[in-house]
Amino acid sequence: MTTATQPTTSQDVALWLRMYRQMVAIREFEGQVNELYTRALMPGLAHLYIGEEAIAVGVCEALERTDYITSTHRGHGHCLAKGASPDQMFAELLGKKAGYCKGKGGSMHIADPATGNLGANAIVCGSAGIATGAAFSAKHLGNGRVAVCFFGEGALGQGVLYEEMNLAQLFKLPVIYVCENNSYTEYTHYSECTAGDILMRAQAFGLEAVSVDGQDVRAVHQTAQRLVDRARSGGGPSFLLCNTYRYHGHHVGDINREYYRSKQEEHTWKTERDPILNMGKWLLEQKHADAPALERVQKELESEMKKAVEFAVAAPYPDVSEVNEDVYA
Amino acid sequence: MPETVLGGHKVRELTFAQAIREALAEEMRRDSTVCIMGEDVAEAGTPFKVLSGLLEEFGKDRILDTPISEAGFTGLAVGAAMTGMRPVVDIMFGDFITLTMDQMVNQAAKVHYMSGGKWKVPMVMRTTMGATRRSAAQHSQSLHAWYCHVPGLKVVLPSTPYDAKGLLKAAIRDENPVVFFEDKMMYKMKGSVPEGDYTIPLGVADIKRVGEDISLIATSSMVQVALGAATMLEEIGISAEVIDPRTMWPLDEKTLIDSAKKTSRAIILDEGYERYGVTAELASVIATGAFYDLDAPVKRMGAMHVPIPFSPPLEDVTVPTEQTVFEEARKLCGK
Repeated sequence: MTTATQPTTSQDVALWLRMYRQMVAIREFEGQVNELYTRALMPGLAHLYIGEEAIAVGVCEALERTDYITSTHRGHGHCLAKGASPDQMFAELLGKKAGYCKGKGGSMHIADPATGNLGANAIVCGSAGIATGAAFSAKHLGNGRVAVCFFGEGALGQGVLYEEMNLAQLFKLPVIYVCENNSYTEYTHYSECTAGDILMRAQAFGLEAVSVDGQDVRAVHQTAQRLVDRARSGGGPSFLLCNTYRYHGHHVGDINREYYRSKQEEHTWKTERDPILNMGKWLLEQKHADAPALERVQKELESEMKKAVEFAVAAPYPDVSEVNEDVYA
Repeated sequence: MPETVLGGHKVRELTFAQAIREALAEEMRRDSTVCIMGEDVAEAGTPFKVLSGLLEEFGKDRILDTPISEAGFTGLAVGAAMTGMRPVVDIMFGDFITLTMDQMVNQAAKVHYMSGGKWKVPMVMRTTMGATRRSAAQHSQSLHAWYCHVPGLKVVLPSTPYDAKGLLKAAIRDENPVVFFEDKMMYKMKGSVPEGDYTIPLGVADIKRVGEDISLIATSSMVQVALGAATMLEEIGISAEVIDPRTMWPLDEKTLIDSAKKTSRAIILDEGYERYGVTAELASVIATGAFYDLDAPVKRMGAMHVPIPFSPPLEDVTVPTEQTVFEEARKLCGK
């Protein structure tokens, strides 16, 4: 969000267009995942990030490639936003050798040292320690890196999160805890399992804690950038609460959702609060892009994702002899 | 302390605790990424005083007192290990490893495999084990079998000051998460320890006493129990061999099997719970590997299947002793 006192620069426009593109990339990627899963080409579980794209993109655009992130079971968006390549991601999702983890991790465990991705984690809040530890290393080694810990609001129920925030504040570590409140802890509205005030939980440890509209990529980015800069300059840990909405079920197979939320509610979020639609509208209004340009972005990414899927489908499985490899370093 | 010089290395009599401290200090001097974190590890040097003096040399940036948050600082160590540090976490009582389970079992142990070998976790968890300290059910257990069950972890159980120093140095240099169990009843035990650098590779058993009639395969403090029983057995004409696997994983199966083949009888001694424990695994290794050379069933001796009681006469019967091992060995040898 620019203010009247800050004139728009070409870098701003480039950033906004890049963030738009990244959000579309995630949505197209997830669309393909949905397709692969429903066509029974993808084994296991698929937790789609559709609806939440602005958070991964807004936060990761505030990071350097060498900064660290940890991700969740709903992690495809974080991996892509941090720079992962779709073909290796799809290959991993299908359990292929060409995947990021040689097929050993799957959808919920994509990790990529080249982009600072310490790994997606299928234990709710499982990576709070890892992210805090990466921040500890960054401080001890003096390499100037920061760590971002992505987690859903379901992780607020895990005690270890509070142990880590306490440690991070005691050691003044460069870590940002990014809570994606998509309103539903699996199949239960978060208000049924979250007592008190979320921000006050972090504030109790002395962390700077702020909330932001998680559907507004510019707002997410601007706030994240401030917290990242603060962490990098020794200001310590912070907590960023992003309010958002999960368009699909908890996982792809969660089709009948009426028992926990209404179709009207889903419709409202998809039509009025969509991060891509709203960013697109704003770019057009501000004349930073025209309609054909946005359409082109859409088409390009659709085609890129299709090619990535084709690569993954054609890629070979690992040889069974590899099952014993990588247990120990 | 008296010092001797053997093979160019000065050899001193050190306690088990001093050997551990020396290993840590030497590794911290050698590698600036080694740090220690845990409850009361700095000024206090732990309640067992194992770490006394390290703070003065290495400072608070490398000897970190943490809150009483075992899961919290263990998880932090996993992330630190993945990103360039070699943390050594201190879990004061082995009973508290229950609080670290997710961090060790679902995170540390699996990071390397799940990432297809891209991330590694070179960390050490030091913790304690051992009963008979009158500390009751929540400060006396030997729970190493739980971590032995998890692929991706290595588990070390030293039985002498010499082994403790060499194995701990190897554990710190290992690229994997290693859990290092110290029997707190052994901290004051003395033994010969060379000055300076040496390591003992993980996965190599040690023959602590050579014998012909029966193999006593023993871990941690049970090695001393086995050696005591062996002396008693010698008096009635039974020659016992004492083998210490030293690491539960990796496991030197060959040395165990070769010993059992040679003596034709074996007792497995371990202070963990006997049921579903380390003794069962080692007995299976021997029963399978030495089956055609055995003259008697493999006998297991571990902790009784009860929470460790407080009352001294009750606690004392929960774990194997020289006397009970002597009696079982005599029976097994038909004497």
